[in-house]
Amino acid sequence: MTDYREDEIRAGVRAWLTENWDPDRGLVEWRNMLIESGWGVPHWPKEWHGRGLPVGMAPVVEEEFDKLGAVGVARMGIRTLAAATILEHGTDLHKQRFLRGILTGEETWCQLFSEPGSGSDLAGAVTRADFQGGRWIINGQKVWNTGAHHADFGLLLARTDWDAVKHRGLSYFLLDMRQPGVEVHQLRQMNGHASFNQVFFTDAVVEPEYRIGGIGEGWKVATTTLMHERRGADGVRRYATGSDRPGRIHEEERAEVATVMAPYVWYPQRTGRADLLIERAKAAGRWDDPAVRQEIAKALTLARTAEWTARRAREAQQTGRPQGPEGSIGKLAASIVARACARAHTMIAGPDAMLTGEDDGTDGVVAEILVSTPAISIAGGTDEIQRNIISERILSMPKEVRHDTDRPFRDVPRNQVG
Amino acid sequence: MKFSFSEEQTEFRNMLRRFLSDRSPTTEVRRVMETGSGYDPEVWRMMAEELGVTAIHISEAFGGAGFGISELAIAAEEAGRALLPSPFFGSTVMAATAIAEAGTDAQKQALLPGIANGGTIAALAAAEPGIGWNADAFAAAARPDNGSWRLTGRKSYVLDGMAASLVVAAARLPDGKLGLFSLPAESGGLARRPLQSMDPTRRLAQMDFDGAAAELLGGPEAGDPAWARTLDIAAVCLAGEMVGGAERLREDALEYVSMRMQFGRSIASFQVTKHKAADMLLEVELAKAAAYYAAAAADGVDEEVDQPLAALAALAKAAASDTYMQTAIHAVQMHGGIGFTHDNDTQLWFKRAKASEAFLGSAADHRERMLQHWNA
Repeated sequence: MTDYREDEIRAGVRAWLTENWDPDRGLVEWRNMLIESGWGVPHWPKEWHGRGLPVGMAPVVEEEFDKLGAVGVARMGIRTLAAATILEHGTDLHKQRFLRGILTGEETWCQLFSEPGSGSDLAGAVTRADFQGGRWIINGQKVWNTGAHHADFGLLLARTDWDAVKHRGLSYFLLDMRQPGVEVHQLRQMNGHASFNQVFFTDAVVEPEYRIGGIGEGWKVATTTLMHERRGADGVRRYATGSDRPGRIHEEERAEVATVMAPYVWYPQRTGRADLLIERAKAAGRWDDPAVRQEIAKALTLARTAEWTARRAREAQQTGRPQGPEGSIGKLAASIVARACARAHTMIAGPDAMLTGEDDGTDGVVAEILVSTPAISIAGGTDEIQRNIISERILSMPKEVRHDTDRPFRDVPRNQVG
Repeated sequence: MKFSFSEEQTEFRNMLRRFLSDRSPTTEVRRVMETGSGYDPEVWRMMAEELGVTAIHISEAFGGAGFGISELAIAAEEAGRALLPSPFFGSTVMAATAIAEAGTDAQKQALLPGIANGGTIAALAAAEPGIGWNADAFAAAARPDNGSWRLTGRKSYVLDGMAASLVVAAARLPDGKLGLFSLPAESGGLARRPLQSMDPTRRLAQMDFDGAAAELLGGPEAGDPAWARTLDIAAVCLAGEMVGGAERLREDALEYVSMRMQFGRSIASFQVTKHKAADMLLEVELAKAAAYYAAAAADGVDEEVDQPLAALAALAKAAASDTYMQTAIHAVQMHGGIGFTHDNDTQLWFKRAKASEAFLGSAADHRERMLQHWNA
């Protein structure tokens, strides 16, 4: 095993940055330089824009970037999932064609997994890919696709075999979104934002070389994407802002961040904003109301204990226990926290809880909390799915009876869509 | 650490768990709770002499082991898990802490070694009838008498008060400050009687002071801060005890539903049961995290802690109260009719959960206390 010396790596990246970093360069020009040097994604293989360093060294390199305020490669949004999936399952052609555009930020991606008829049950996808005239012809509908309205490419899960059992009849495609057979409509949510899209396919085309993984092996490839989605959930979904430093490159990065993060502006509110409870209670003159204080204390208690439980799980992992289904406990806790906070915010607001926008006295922040918290118990796996995972994988209780794994998919009872 | 235990702490926990499952299974708990004293002197002797449980957090200078509140709370958690009937909480957790916090070195030298070696059982007489543990409302009074003090008033809910040979009592000084006093349990002017406790594994007493002579621990300024910290540490340890009991209830209920068949299938296969079990796990894990965090804060192990101990202890107690009771309710429900019977062990923990809910103040009291101390 190669011995990677942290101080040598630090010295290496620092020397390269000292020589090359210049905030007046263009964003894409700079990222192309990062790709050539391998310092943009040091943990990627040498032949694919990296330096082949262990994953653990990536934060070390990142720290050196941060010290100088240097901009890195593009890594917000679904692009990280595309990159991880292509690196693991892609052909050389896929890597050649897509990885550079992902890293420079010139090409953006969306995920095309969920369907109106299959949300929790992703492998029940019925969007079809039929091989006709030497190309894959795509028909069907996807939903909950963040960023699809400006994406250049999509990670598509579609059914290629209706006689195989459910999980074996899917294939995975890298789809060009800029074609006549692909239509994207924004989906407006109950909180007024439109973070997601619906994507309709009418004889959309994928050339055969842009299938990724074997025919019928789509679920296996999708598992990689989903694993990275869960692992990086914080990274993908954390609301980020660009640096406020001067220079052309920072301006260009701020514009990129604004576009990528636009769907996530309300995400802080869906957590319930425990951090606002006390200042809101004081501002609204409710801080001395014993009933309100009880609700605030309950919400703060849940928020804190959820945070400490997550820390306990992380520390247990660091001391060698494998990453387990503990994430489901955290996910479920987040739902309870959000509901308790929404209840407390409602009590604090009193009759103003009926108002929104400029009239609610908080520029609409409280109103946005109240109508955004229902998302937390659905997105990324519903509370019910989390409870199944906890009871089956942590508590070893019997698995749910299924009617979809023992017969050809065409015989599986399913939603009538359309 | 706040988020994981050291190997030594885990080993200590495992040793206690083995000892208690061996020496205090529920058959023993049921036998002992019917006895007059309410605890098994032989088990108490072994806990003191062989395991050092009575000495954990007492300073080595005063005959103790010099460990922290985290270790004390681990012992409380294991005792709560096993539902051990013993004077551990009244003597080791409450009375010894009050003496350690309030006493002069000479007083600690005189009083703590006996508690640390288990030979002395002490009790903390602070709460008053109907008032509970809110010191601002304590009415019992102390008056000076020839360089000593005389106490008058009624104390109640005194944990392990009948088993004790040494009493630490809280009473109001003439200037309105709180004083903590020590006196032998067999003193003139002190009358004790056992209270009928709903939880037979936890013995409570009432104490009437009628001019009983007592020694003031520390100076006249010592009582208020010592009481505050004693209450915080007791709340932290009670939270530990409660999460220990809640986890045991959760595990036993899960084991029961996994064996029970109805309608030709395991009732553990019903989604409504699975989801309830998942919620129980979540709630117990959250309450455990609070109890562990508060114990670590009491030891002052980390400057990263952004809230005072009083707020964290109150948070942990409130979270553990709600969780223990809710878990007990779920556990009875998951057992069905058998869970309501005297012979089923669930009722033993249910009663402890109910008594613990009220002991040291309700969850609502502690939530209020939490916000009063909260660093916003």
